[in-house]
Amino acid sequence: MIYLTRKIEFSASHLYHNPAFSAEENRRVFGKCNNPHGHGHNYVLEVTVAGDPDPATGMVLDLKELKEILQREVTDRMDHRFLNYEVPELAGQIPTCENIATVIWRLLQPKITRGSLHRVRLYETPDLFVDCYGETNGAEAAPGGSR
Amino acid sequence: MNIHLTRRYRFAASHRLHSPQLGEEENKRVYGKCNNPYGHGHNYVVEVAVSGPVDPGTGMIANLSDMDAFVEREVIEPFDHTYLNEEISEFRERVPTTENICIEIFNRLREFPRAKLERVRVEETSLNSFEYTGEPVGSRQ
Repeated sequence: MIYLTRKIEFSASHLYHNPAFSAEENRRVFGKCNNPHGHGHNYVLEVTVAGDPDPATGMVLDLKELKEILQREVTDRMDHRFLNYEVPELAGQIPTCENIATVIWRLLQPKITRGSLHRVRLYETPDLFVDCYGETNGAEAAPGGSR
Repeated sequence: MNIHLTRRYRFAASHRLHSPQLGEEENKRVYGKCNNPYGHGHNYVVEVAVSGPVDPGTGMIANLSDMDAFVEREVIEPFDHTYLNEEISEFRERVPTTENICIEIFNRLREFPRAKLERVRVEETSLNSFEYTGEPVGSRQ
């Protein structure tokens, strides 16, 4: 089994606010991220696909194809957007790294037909990232668990 | 969804690699420059990974401010700008290699109440790093 990783970047703004919380509670739980004007990040996304190389091409999947999927599903949807208001998949959710990574997993998983999506790693900053492995518990068995 | 949240922290500290179980010559041979009796230092980077259900109200596995405060109290504050061999009691008994530092940090963070600790990874320099996931040490020998 080979694990292939492709990286992209996108820039977006967001804010954390739960309408079920009081103004005070929103400020306490979310801190600076509750600023009603929002704020932004340069997100870095690493997508890892697991599979065996095709004997004829030597590839798990065509990187060009993966690049196009990432462009269509992620960059076109999220780059230079206000995530709370412009990404319907995040509507009604707090756009934390956890929730964005889950949305990205659900967008990509059905589109990757050669090999299988193994991990979605989303960096909000170089010091904060989330790894999403889908519904499985396969994280322990595979390499690169949390680097 | 199986999700891990990872946060990176930093501390700077000095140490000396010297085992009382080995003779002077043997210590020099095994640890090389790291056996210098005056010690030496590193800028350590600690990656802490936790997992757990995402709270639908907050969208979070764990609130970063809780996680930061816990790691700060248990690890960064006691370790930062110290001589690990003398100032961290566990390293009076055990050589403060990055392997042992990684295990010690994992043990200090094990009881984080907001999420399950999955992994601690420590970079001693940008060229070497160590990971520990909490299995009993020696269990694979």
